[in-house]
Amino acid sequence: MGVRRGQVGSLVSETKRTVLVTGGVTGIGEATTRLLLEQGHRVAATYHRRRAQKELTDFGEDFFEVHCELTESESVAAAVAAVNERFGPVEVLVANAGVTEDTLLLRMSEQAWNRVIDANLTGAFRLTKAVMPQMIRARWGRLIYVTSVIAGMGAPGQANYAASKAGLIGFARSVAREVATRNVTANVVAPGAVTTALTEVVSEKRMAEMTAAVPMGRIATPAEIAGPIAFLASEAAGYITGAVLTVDGGISMGF
Amino acid sequence: MDDAQAFEQFKQCTVKVLGVSPEQVTMEASFAEDLDADSLDIVELVMELEDSFGIKVEESELEGVNTVGAAYELVKGKLA
Repeated sequence: MGVRRGQVGSLVSETKRTVLVTGGVTGIGEATTRLLLEQGHRVAATYHRRRAQKELTDFGEDFFEVHCELTESESVAAAVAAVNERFGPVEVLVANAGVTEDTLLLRMSEQAWNRVIDANLTGAFRLTKAVMPQMIRARWGRLIYVTSVIAGMGAPGQANYAASKAGLIGFARSVAREVATRNVTANVVAPGAVTTALTEVVSEKRMAEMTAAVPMGRIATPAEIAGPIAFLASEAAGYITGAVLTVDGGISMGF
Repeated sequence: MDDAQAFEQFKQCTVKVLGVSPEQVTMEASFAEDLDADSLDIVELVMELEDSFGIKVEESELEGVNTVGAAYELVKGKLA
């Protein structure tokens, strides 16, 4: 007895897609790049300082790394152009790269505020502008923004970061409404604490506090965030748009 | 480029982006009413026209441009 392809979510055939993952060689980005490569997609990863490790370069032809300064429109445009040349139009964007400059508001300079907003929020704007015409023409696209549960919960010392990440949600939902009729979805993944370079700088005491507040009693691995991102990139997620998917061990329930 | 050539090129862009038939692209045709175009369709058409004619259209210039005739006049005004 035959179940028709496309009838059931898990049986929907996956087309090989061209994916762009910013900050795609470290942390959550690296795990996402690796998972999507394993699923058979072509993945271009932007890097800032650190280059890709052997685990990614071993994928060969389907992997490509390109330098990108998210705070410069020309650099973003050049990175997207390089991906177009190598793989063709971007079909899935994972806007993952982010920065922090933590300090209490009383001590936060306007420069520190601007730098974080510029990289995390305006960077996503620049990326989206660069890839959207291609997605609209193709009548298929997936825009995935990596935010943080901090967007909804707030965190002391992270006013700039929280504002940038909360901004991404409003941004993504507006974009979702604009391009929904073109079969382009825009969704947000909101991780809780994850073991990456960003959390390595957090003090042991603060880390213990954070862990204690998580119902699941532990911090996520990058792979546990990559899975939900890959789901939103998949054919099976075609009717999901404007959603915020929290992946946080339960810390933000109700957000 | 003479007027007939320019309008032919304009018509081709419109047919391509809006998926309408060439006969529908008349000077009097309204984008919203006759060609069933939404705001995103118009933006796509503008991008196509910019590429095709090598021109740049500012956001402010699009105000009140509701018909094929008005859009064509806008494009024509930018051709050297």
